Amino acid sequence: MMSQTSPQQLEYNLKVVRQFAIMTVIWGIIGMAVGVFIAAQLIWPELNFDTPWLTYSRLRPLHTNAVIFAFGTSALMGTSFYIVQKTCLTPLFSNKLASFVFWGWQTVILLAVITLPLGITSSKEYAELEWPIDILIAIVWVAYLIVFFGTMVRRRTSHIYVANWFLGAFIVTVAVLHIVNSMAIPVSFTKSYSIYAGAVDAMVQWWYGHNAVGFLLTAGFLGMMYYFVPKQAERPVYSYRLSVVHFWALISLYIWAGPHHLHYTALPDWTQSLGMVMSVILFVPSWGGMINGIMTLSGAWHKLKTDPILRFLIVSLSFYGMSTFEGPMMSIKSVNALSHYTDWTIGHVHSGALGWVAMITIGALYYLFPRLYSQNGMFSTKWVNVHFWLHTIGVVLYIVALWISGVMQGLMWRATNADDGTLTFSFIESVEASYPFWFIRFVGGLFIVAGMLLMAYNCWLTIRRGNPAREFIDVKPAPAAATV
Amino acid sequence: MTSFWSAWIIVLTLAFLVGIIWLLRWNMSNYTHIEEGEPMDHEFDGIVEINNPLPRWWTILFWITIVWGFIYLALYPGLGNFKGLLGWTSSNQGVLSVEESELATAAAKEAGLIVQYDREVDDADAVFGPIFQAFAARSIEDLAADENVRKIGQRLFLQNCAQCHGSNAMGGKGFPNLTDTDWLYGGSPEAIKHTLINGRQGAMPAYGETYSAKQISELANYVLSLSGRKVDPVMAEAGKANFVVCSACHGVDGKGNQMIGAPNLTDNIWLYGGSQAAIEETLLNGRNGVMPAFIDTLGEDKIHVISSYVYGLSQQQ
Repeated sequence: MMSQTSPQQLEYNLKVVRQFAIMTVIWGIIGMAVGVFIAAQLIWPELNFDTPWLTYSRLRPLHTNAVIFAFGTSALMGTSFYIVQKTCLTPLFSNKLASFVFWGWQTVILLAVITLPLGITSSKEYAELEWPIDILIAIVWVAYLIVFFGTMVRRRTSHIYVANWFLGAFIVTVAVLHIVNSMAIPVSFTKSYSIYAGAVDAMVQWWYGHNAVGFLLTAGFLGMMYYFVPKQAERPVYSYRLSVVHFWALISLYIWAGPHHLHYTALPDWTQSLGMVMSVILFVPSWGGMINGIMTLSGAWHKLKTDPILRFLIVSLSFYGMSTFEGPMMSIKSVNALSHYTDWTIGHVHSGALGWVAMITIGALYYLFPRLYSQNGMFSTKWVNVHFWLHTIGVVLYIVALWISGVMQGLMWRATNADDGTLTFSFIESVEASYPFWFIRFVGGLFIVAGMLLMAYNCWLTIRRGNPAREFIDVKPAPAAATV
Repeated sequence: MTSFWSAWIIVLTLAFLVGIIWLLRWNMSNYTHIEEGEPMDHEFDGIVEINNPLPRWWTILFWITIVWGFIYLALYPGLGNFKGLLGWTSSNQGVLSVEESELATAAAKEAGLIVQYDREVDDADAVFGPIFQAFAARSIEDLAADENVRKIGQRLFLQNCAQCHGSNAMGGKGFPNLTDTDWLYGGSPEAIKHTLINGRQGAMPAYGETYSAKQISELANYVLSLSGRKVDPVMAEAGKANFVVCSACHGVDGKGNQMIGAPNLTDNIWLYGGSQAAIEETLLNGRNGVMPAFIDTLGEDKIHVISSYVYGLSQQQ
C-alpha cells in the first residue's frame, strides 16, 4: 500500500480494515456455529461421536476463543485501525506493521483452532492457549499497540477523540493482563504450568478473566460505539463531560472487580469484599456509556424506524445497559450465592456477548462494508433488517431460557427438606430439569447463526458489486502544539 | 498479612475512592470554556460533542453507590487487616486441619465474632441434630424398614455417595455395586457403618514383575475357571500352580476374605471387569480402590441413616 500519492495527499490504509472486516464475519460464523454445536451436545451428548476432539470439553474453549479472540478482537483491530485514522486525520503509523498485526493475529487464531481440539491447553479459562502461542500473541499485540499509538501520536487534530481513549486503554491493558496471567514454566513445547499457585493463581486468573471482559469486551467496544453511533445517527455526542467521567471511572474501577468471580472460595474475605464493592460502584460509570450513546440519538429517534443499522447499534446499547446492571447485581455476595455456577452466569455473559458485543459489531460492519467497497449502501438493506430480527429473537430466546434455568438450578441446589434438613434435589435432578431450557437456548443459537449467514451473503454481494475503496486526506499544516 | 501490606491496601483503596469522588465533582462543574449545551470546540471526522451536564439522576446514583461502598468497607472485612465493625467472616479461613478448625471456631465464639459458616452449621444442627439423634438410637435394620427414613437416607446418598456409586447405587468400574449381595468388606449393618465411618483402602498388588506374560495369562484362565467360565483347560491347569500366591488373600478356594476386602473370585462379579484382558491387566498392574472416610464430613448420626439405606438396598433382592 502506498501512503504518499502526491505531496498534498496521504492515503488511508483501508486494506487492513477490509481484511479484518471480512475475517470478522467468517470467524463470527465459525465461533457461533461451534457454540450452537456444543449447545446441541448438552441436549444430545452422542453428538460427540465418541471422538476426543469433538467432545464438549475441547470444543467449549474453542467456541470462547473463536468468538472473543477471533470474531471480537478481529472486529476491534479492524475498526480501531479505521477509527484512529479517520479521527486523527492521518494514515496508519506503519502499513507493514499493520499487515503483520493482521497476519500474526490470524496465525494465532489458526493455532488455537488446531491446538484446542487436540486437547493442548493451559486450562486457564479464556487463556487456554499454550506458551508458544502466548508469546506470539504478546508480539502481535505489541505491534498492534505500536501501530495504534504511533498513529495517534502523528494525529493532525488538536485533541484525541473519546473513541481513541477507550481503544487505547483496551490495547494497553489487554497487553498487561495477557502477559501477567500467562506467566508459566514450560515443561515441553505443548505443556506449561502457571508460575502462580493456589488462591493466588485463581485471583490472577480472574483479575485477567474479568478484565478481558472489562477492557476487551467493554472498553474496546465502547470505543467502537463512540465512533459508529454518532456517525450513523449523524448526531453530536450527548455529553463531553459524561464521557470524561465515565471513561476514567470505568477503566479504574474495572481492574478491582475480578474477585467477584471467587465469592465463597478460599480467597480471603477482604479480597472478596473489595471486589464486590468496586463491582457495585462500577455499575454507574458503565451506564454512563449507555446514556451517552442512547442520548446521542435525541432528536433523531425517527431514524430507528427506517435504519436497521442504527437499530443494531442502539439495541446493542440496551443490552449493554442490561448486562452492566445485571453484572454488579450478580457480584453482590448474597445474589452470587444463588447465581454462581448456574446457567444464569452463562445467560449474563451472552446478553453481553450476543446482545452488546455482537450487535455493535454487526452494526459497525454494515456501516463499514459499503464504505470499504465504494458503495452507497449494503446490497440489501431489507436483509439487514431481517438479520436484525433474527439476531434479536435469538438473543432474547437465549438469555430468557438461561435466566429461567439458572435461577431454577440455584433454587434447586439450595432447597432443603424442612423435616430433616437434607437437600431436596440431587444434582442430576437439576440437570434433567434444565433440558427444555437448553433446547430453547439451542434454537436461539440457530436464529443467530442464520442471521450471520445472511450477513455473510449480503456482504459478499456488496463486495462483488463494488471495488476496494481508496480514501485520501488533504494535508494541511498540522496545528501547532497539539494538546490532549 | 503483614502490617505493611495491610496499610498498602488501605491507602490504595481509600485514595482510589477519594480519586473517584474528585473525578465526579470535577465533572459536575463546567470547567470548559464552553457554555453548557453548546458543542465543544473540536470535531473529529464530522463528530461533534456537546458540553451537556451530567444527568442529575445518574450523579445521584453514583453518590449513593460510593457512600454505600464506604459503609460496606466499614462493616465488613475489606480494608487489609481491619476486620470490620460487625466482626463477620465467611469461615475460618486459613485453617489446615480439623483440629485447627475446631480451635478457631471456639476462639471466634469466645471473641463474639460471627463466622458465617459455623453459625449456619450450628443453626442446622440445633434444628436437625435431635432428629438424627433419634434415628441413631434405633437399629439399622429397624430404620431400613421405615419408608420415611429410607427417603432421607436416599437423599443423603444422592448428595454424598452417588458421585461414585451412581444414582441407582449400582456402581461402575472400580466402584462397587451396592444393590447386590456381594460385599467386599461385609454387608452386615455394622460392617457397612464401619466402612462409611473409617473408609476402606483396597490394594491388589501388581504381579507384572513376578510373573511372565504367559504365566499371567495362565493365571487369568484359572481365575475365570473359578466362576465356571469357559477357559482353556491346559492354561487354567498351569495357572492353578501359581494361584497359591493369590490364595494368601483370596483363599484356597478363591472365595475371598472380607476381613481384608479380598474379592470373592467365584461369583462372576467383577469390580474392574471380567474379561480375560481386564483380569490380566489387574494381575499385571494391580488395583487400588479407595472409599473415603465420612466421619468428619457427615458425623455418626447421618452415617447411621445412610448405612440403613445402603443395607436396605441389598435386602430387596
